[in-house]
Amino acid sequence: MSEQKIGVFICHCGGNISDYVDVERVRESVEGLPGVRVAKTNMFSCSDAAQEEMISIIKKEGLDGIVIASCSPKLHQNTFRAMAKRAGLNPYKYTQVNIREQCSWTHTHNREEATNKAARLVRAGIQKTLHARALEPIVTKTHPAVLVIGAGIAGMKAAISLSKMGINVHLVEKEKEVGGLIRDRESLFPTGQDGRQIVRGLFEKIKAADNINLYLGASVVGKRGSVGDFSVDIRVSNGETVSLSVGAIIVTTGAIPYRPKEGQWGYGRPGIVTLKELLGMISSQKEFKYLRVNGREVETITYIYCVGSRDKEHTYCSRYCCTAAIHTSNIIHDKWPEISQFHLFRDIRTYGNYEEEYKRALSRGSIFIRFSPKTMPEIEFEGERPVVKVSDLLTSKEEIEIESDLICLVTGLEPSPNRELTDILKIPVGKEGFYNEIHPKLRPVETVVDGIFIGGCAQGPKTSQESTISAMAAAAKAGAMILTGSVKMEPFVAEVLSERCDGCGLCEGVCPYGAISIKEDSGKKIAIINEALCKGEGACVPICPKEALQIRGYEHETICSMIDALIEGYEDVSS
Amino acid sequence: MSKILVFSTNNISDPGIDMAGASHMDYPTGVSVISVPCSSGIDPRWILHAISKGFDGVFIAADGTDCAYLEDCTTRTGKVVSAAQKLLEENGHDPRRLKMAAICSVCSEAFVNHMKRFDEALKKLEAGDENG
Repeated sequence: MSEQKIGVFICHCGGNISDYVDVERVRESVEGLPGVRVAKTNMFSCSDAAQEEMISIIKKEGLDGIVIASCSPKLHQNTFRAMAKRAGLNPYKYTQVNIREQCSWTHTHNREEATNKAARLVRAGIQKTLHARALEPIVTKTHPAVLVIGAGIAGMKAAISLSKMGINVHLVEKEKEVGGLIRDRESLFPTGQDGRQIVRGLFEKIKAADNINLYLGASVVGKRGSVGDFSVDIRVSNGETVSLSVGAIIVTTGAIPYRPKEGQWGYGRPGIVTLKELLGMISSQKEFKYLRVNGREVETITYIYCVGSRDKEHTYCSRYCCTAAIHTSNIIHDKWPEISQFHLFRDIRTYGNYEEEYKRALSRGSIFIRFSPKTMPEIEFEGERPVVKVSDLLTSKEEIEIESDLICLVTGLEPSPNRELTDILKIPVGKEGFYNEIHPKLRPVETVVDGIFIGGCAQGPKTSQESTISAMAAAAKAGAMILTGSVKMEPFVAEVLSERCDGCGLCEGVCPYGAISIKEDSGKKIAIINEALCKGEGACVPICPKEALQIRGYEHETICSMIDALIEGYEDVSS
Repeated sequence: MSKILVFSTNNISDPGIDMAGASHMDYPTGVSVISVPCSSGIDPRWILHAISKGFDGVFIAADGTDCAYLEDCTTRTGKVVSAAQKLLEENGHDPRRLKMAAICSVCSEAFVNHMKRFDEALKKLEAGDENG
């Protein structure tokens, strides 16, 4: 083992690691340790250039294994296993040491100790690679079905995409109707298409597809198993529980519009409405010559932007609301051109082509007034019509008073209340309450739970266009997995050290999967593992009095050598 | 600084611990994590090895009821803990050097609190040992 040659690469991760950990010192601390042939640092280990360089080092030095100290293995273990394979190494001769999530990011205030910790974690990783053996992944079959939770535009699009791939879909919606946020939206930006028609069209397709089972008024109440082989319990509308076997799960549970608290911005008083309520008014009065509120003809509408967005409670931008509000004002400009419209905004975020909506509103006479979050607009209710007072940030804070018939609070989106579902699926929720992907750019629709994908507004506020894109990405990911027919599982199953085993049979009784049996082999009783049945959880390991059972990759020797390396790491610093 | 070894699990507690870091939650720097597939497979002999070699404490971040492998993971991990505590005592170590709690994939705050409390408890234990 001491003759092995391994390479250790320590990542700056831009500054995500090196801002808090002295990566050069970590490198020095492991350089020259037994077995370490090369120790280098990378600015971004995951970049193509760094990978190519590592591959050439592996080949040039004839390395037997590598350690990369970088982010969580959840992010890049597969990337670097694939890289190891390209370099001619067995992927399992690679160890990823997590010095970002479990070191630099958590010990941001103590560079000295964070550096020491990173160094000892790398030492343990070196031991893991030195003890690692070449392994091949175990392949298991996937159930050819996908569960999609939530039938808004995202869930419906995902279900239809999967259905077209020939995959069975179970689409579960807790409400009695499909459509989610756009169910009763008449005109969607940027095309002006009718949301209700889109929903109806998708619903027809779902009904027509013979491989989509739609469950309305239903909810997920239980989940067992793992990727490729989930078993999910659904409580359907009649109260019964149905059990489904699926290979993958897509979560498209959407978001809900923020509802201002009673009295916030005068909400609850006549004439103060949210964007959704204004759309309702337009819809019911669109045939009339005048838009009316409380029986009075509307002459002036004032929009207040960022209500329930970018504040203490919701620190994020809800993305869709600027464009949705301006799109709505354009509808009003078209139908009732005599109405004056004032937009009180913090920043207008009509990104990309949505800028056209903004230009159009400007050209039709909409007046945009920028305010600072430090001097929020105020509403006074003394006269017949509420008066909005606002300091115009762009004209040296001149105070403007706008007497308005209608005040529209442009509200953002909040996460759907999904507590129960989150508890069942155990997928991470970010600090804003939306489901977290593994990485926004590298694995944007995957969660840390293998086989569970996310899409649409469940992940964060999105336009309907963006929701569709992410849902179809999730469908493509899940579909590719199902159509492959199998998933590659870690080859970390139990093995018997025959020289230690005395065939006592204790392990046979504790194995939850019936994977162990005692056989006679040339006159000696010995435990035999059925690898197809073994799941590698290791329940048999602590039971064996002879230390004759171990999980590949987590051998007694590997774990103990990692413990020793960590201890040496602590001592190295204190001495 | 207490030297704390955490046995964590790849799919359940690791993401929870990762999330603590991703949220920049601070916990004692003496904490080092070794990840394993499932907490039911942690060998009490590893725990004894860790304490004998110089770790002040071992924390099992258990799968609890979220375990994808076993329905009775909690019971099995409980047995591992009892066996390990017995082993520690037999070898002259305080069984309080071992702690277990279920840490789920979103339990970052719980993990941080456990680490802070365990670090304090181990410091007290150290002080007590010296006084006694």
